[in-house]
Amino acid sequence: MPKDGIGASTVRREDIRFLTGKGRYTADINLRGQAYAVFLRSDVAHGRINDIDTKAAMAMPGVLAIMTGADFAAMGGNPAGWHIPSRDGSAMKEPKRPVLAHGKVRHVGDAYAIVVAETLEQARDAAEAVVTDITELPAIVDMAQAIANSDNRVHDEIANNVCFDWGWIEDNRAAVDAAFASAPHVTTLELTNNRLAPNAMETRASIGDYDSGTEDYKLYTTSQNPHLSRLLIAAFVMGIPENKLTVVAPDVGGGFGSKIYHYGEEAAVLAASKAIDRPVKWVADRSEAFLSDAHGRDHVTKIQLATDKQGNFLALRTETMANVGAYLSNFSTATPTFLHGTLMAGPYKTPLVYVNVKAVFTNTAPVDAYRGAGRPEATYSIERVVDKAAHELGIDPLEIRRRNFIQPDQYPYTTPVGLVYDTGNYNATLDKLIDIGDLAGFEKRAAASKAKGKLRGLGLSTWIEACGIAPSNLVGVLGARVGLYDAATVRVNATGNISVMTGAHSHGQGHETVFPQVVADMLGIPASSIDIVHGDTSKIPFGMGSYGSRSLAVCGTAIVKATEKIIAKGKKIAAHMLEAAESDITFADGKFSVAGTDKAKTFGEIAFSAYVPHNYPLETLEPGLEETAFYDPANFTYPAGAYACEVEVDPETGQVTIEKFTCADDFGNVINPMIVAGQVHGGVAQGIGQALLENVAYDDNGQLLSGSFMDYAMPRADDLPFYTVDHSCNTPCTHNPLGVKGCGEAGAIGTPPAVVNAVVNALQRGGHKHVTHLEMPVSPSRVWAAMQG
Amino acid sequence: MTTISMTVNGKAVSGEVEGRTLLSSFLREGLGLRGTHIGCETTQCGACAVHLDGQLVKSCSVLAMDAAGASVTSIEGMANGDGSLSVIQAAFQEHHGLQCGFCTPGMVMATAALLKVNAKPTETEVRHYLEGNMCRCTGYHNIVKAVMAASGQDVSAIAAE
Repeated sequence: MPKDGIGASTVRREDIRFLTGKGRYTADINLRGQAYAVFLRSDVAHGRINDIDTKAAMAMPGVLAIMTGADFAAMGGNPAGWHIPSRDGSAMKEPKRPVLAHGKVRHVGDAYAIVVAETLEQARDAAEAVVTDITELPAIVDMAQAIANSDNRVHDEIANNVCFDWGWIEDNRAAVDAAFASAPHVTTLELTNNRLAPNAMETRASIGDYDSGTEDYKLYTTSQNPHLSRLLIAAFVMGIPENKLTVVAPDVGGGFGSKIYHYGEEAAVLAASKAIDRPVKWVADRSEAFLSDAHGRDHVTKIQLATDKQGNFLALRTETMANVGAYLSNFSTATPTFLHGTLMAGPYKTPLVYVNVKAVFTNTAPVDAYRGAGRPEATYSIERVVDKAAHELGIDPLEIRRRNFIQPDQYPYTTPVGLVYDTGNYNATLDKLIDIGDLAGFEKRAAASKAKGKLRGLGLSTWIEACGIAPSNLVGVLGARVGLYDAATVRVNATGNISVMTGAHSHGQGHETVFPQVVADMLGIPASSIDIVHGDTSKIPFGMGSYGSRSLAVCGTAIVKATEKIIAKGKKIAAHMLEAAESDITFADGKFSVAGTDKAKTFGEIAFSAYVPHNYPLETLEPGLEETAFYDPANFTYPAGAYACEVEVDPETGQVTIEKFTCADDFGNVINPMIVAGQVHGGVAQGIGQALLENVAYDDNGQLLSGSFMDYAMPRADDLPFYTVDHSCNTPCTHNPLGVKGCGEAGAIGTPPAVVNAVVNALQRGGHKHVTHLEMPVSPSRVWAAMQG
Repeated sequence: MTTISMTVNGKAVSGEVEGRTLLSSFLREGLGLRGTHIGCETTQCGACAVHLDGQLVKSCSVLAMDAAGASVTSIEGMANGDGSLSVIQAAFQEHHGLQCGFCTPGMVMATAALLKVNAKPTETEVRHYLEGNMCRCTGYHNIVKAVMAASGQDVSAIAAE
C-alpha cells in the first residue's frame, strides 16, 4: 500500500491554493465583456404586484437591461424533487415557483426583477430608480395560524396553506394508537426545531454566459451538484436542450445543503446574458443570503413515547408541522418526510412507530435540507423524549438507552418506519464514549463547578442516521423524481498519470485528497500522480453531486468500480504482452505479473501500451485506458454514535458554556482520519450553534429580524471548546466495497439533543426540578426565565 | 474617478477609484488580488482581513482612498519569498485548519497579526482574538490548534484528530 493510501491522515493538497489566495470561487471569475446584475427583492412578506415602472431606471447611465417576472412568466417552474402524497391519497400541492416573482411576492427577499448594467455600481443605482407598486397583503408567518385561516393564502389556489398531510406508516397508525391506549407510561414533549440560516461563508453567485454563435449557454455557479442544476434549468425551467447548457461549479466556499438547489437567479442571469449577448455576473451580498437562501429545520413537533415501568419502549408517535416557506425548494418535501419520518426508530428497537407531518406554506423564505436534513429534527425529538422519559421513570438516561438499543445480533434490522439497518454496534460506541469522555469523573467535575458557583450538567445523545443517499429504486417508490446514483470516470493517461472525473462535488470535504487515496491504494501508485476533476458538466460524467453524506459511499464506490475495470483491462493487455493466459495475471503493488514467475509489467508500461498499441491485442481489445462506472447504492448507510456534552450554567445570568464535548462515532471504515475528524468538528459546531445560539426570526409581519451577522448569532471561536472525537468503533458498511458510511452530517445530527439534555440536567441538578424542557436556542434569557419557575 | 497609489505586498501600485470604492474592491477588482474574500460587507466575518500599515483591518469597511499612500499586505503576500508556505500557512495545512477555504485568507491574516503582538497565545487568547473571523466548516478546533502550533507551542496534547 502506498503511504498516502487508505487510512492515512494525508494533508490536503487543495490547501495550498486556498492558503495562498489562489482558490477560484465563482465571484473570482471575470469574463471579458461581462455586465453586472442586481436583483430587486420584495420588502414586504406578502403582496400583490400592481406595477413595476422601469422607465427612469432604463434611462440611467450604463443600464443594459431590466427584466421582471413578466419576462419569465412563459418559462417553467423550479420543481420539487419529491412528490409526497397525503394520508388520504391526494397529491401534494405544488404551486409554480417562477424564476422571478410575478403577480404576487410571497416573502421578504422574493426577487421580482433583474437590473443589468455596465458596472455593479450602475446596476445598484438603477435598481434604486425602479418604482414598484405593491399592495401589501396580510402576512402568513405562524404555521398553526396558516392552517387555521383558510382565507389568507400564500398561494391563492391552496386553502389552509397545507402542502401535504403525510402519515408514515399510515397502516400502522391504529396499532400505535392502541399501544398508547394500554401503555403503563406515556411521556409527552412539545418542542420546536428552530429555523436556521446555513450561512456558508461564500454567498451564492452566478455568471451567465450565452454564446450567440453556437447558441450554447454556460453558467458558473455556486453549486453542490452541477449536473442536477443543469437538468433543472434546462429541462424544467428554461426549456433548452441539456446539451446546450454547461454548468461549472468551481471552488465553492461551503454549502451545507443551501447550494444543492437551483435558484431563480441562475436562470435569470442566463436569460439576461442571451438578451444582451454578453456575460452577466451576480454575486449575492450577505443580506440577500439571509433573505433568499433556503433555510433549514423549522419544525414544531409533539412527540410521545409509550413505555413500560422498566423503561422498555413500546411505541412512539409524533405530529409535526414543517415549514416549507413560500415556495417548494427542490428537496423541501423530502426533508421533513423521508429524511425525517424514516429515522424515528433511532437506534432503538421500538416496535411501533407512527409519524405525521403536515408541510405548511408561509410568507417566509423557502426551507429545505440543511446539514443533516430531517435527521437532526428526528434525532432531537427522539433523544429529548428519551431523556424526559428516563427522568419521569427514575432511570439513568444512559441505562434507558442501553436497555432499548438494537443489539449487534439483530442485523439486518428492519425498523417499523421502513429502513433496513445493515450493521451497527451502539453499545460499543456508548462504551467508548464512557471511556474517552471520562463519564465516571463527571461528579468530580460537577463539584468543581459548584465550587465556582456554577451548575454543571451532563447530556447524552445516541444517534443514528441514514445517509449515502440513495438507492434509486427505493426512493423512486417513495416519490423521488430523480435517481441518486453517482458516477466516476478514471482516465489513465499515456504517461501513466490519472485524471478521475467525479459526479461528486467538493466544497470543503477534501475530495481532491481523499479520492486519490482510494485510487492510489487500489493501483499501488503514488496519490500524487492522480488528480480529481469535478464541478464542470462538460468534463465529468452525469452524477448527482454532494449532499446527504454521499460522496464517498456513492461516488467513492463508482471510483472503485471504474478502477476495477481499469485493472481488469490492464490484465488483458498484460496477458498479451507477457504471452500468458489472462487468468494467470495477478495485479499487486502497481505491477501486473504472471503468477509463479518473475515476468511482470508495471502499471505505467501497460498504460503506455494502451495508447501506443504496437504490441497489443487490437483484434479483441480497444486501445486506450479509460473507464466509467455508475453506482447506485443497494441501501442507505447507517452511521451512528454516542455524544456527551457537559455544560456549565451561570445561575446568576443563565449563560451556558460548553465545558466538554465528546463524540464516539461509527462511520465504518475511514479513508482519511484527519478529514473525518474535521467533518465531525464542523458538524458539532453547527449543532452547538443550533442548540445555543442560532435562530432565524421573523416578526408577525414576516419581516426578517435576524438578517445580518449582527443579529444572527453564528458560532464564533470563543463560543466553542476543543472537542474529543473518536471513530475507532467501526462496523463496516456491508454493501459498499470500501465499507464506508458517511460522516459529514453526523455532528449536526447528534449534537443538539446532547446540549439541551445537558442544560436541562444542569438545572435539575441545581434544584430546578420543574424544568423538563428548554427550547432552542437555549439563550441566557430562556435559561434564566426557566430558573425563575 | 481619482487615481490613488499604495504599496501592496511590497509592490508600488496605482489605480482609479470612486469615492465609494472599498479597499476590498480595489484589491479584488482593481488589482486582481482575489484572495481577499467578501463574506458579509459589514465587518463581521473577517474573510476580507488584510494588514494596513501593519494593522489588521477588514478591507470591506475601509475606503480605498483612505488607504492611499499606505502599505497593504494581503494573503497573496504571505508566503515565503521562494513561494513556499510560511510557518502560519504550513501550520494550517498540517493541522487541517481549513476546509472550504473561503475564510482562510482572513484567518491567516488575523493569525499573523495576533502572533506579532502575542508570540505564545493561550487557547483562550486565540479564541478571543479570532472572534472577528467566522468559519462555518471547521468548528474552529483545528484553526485554534494551527494558530498555537504556528506560535511554536506543542499542540500534541490537543486531540490529534
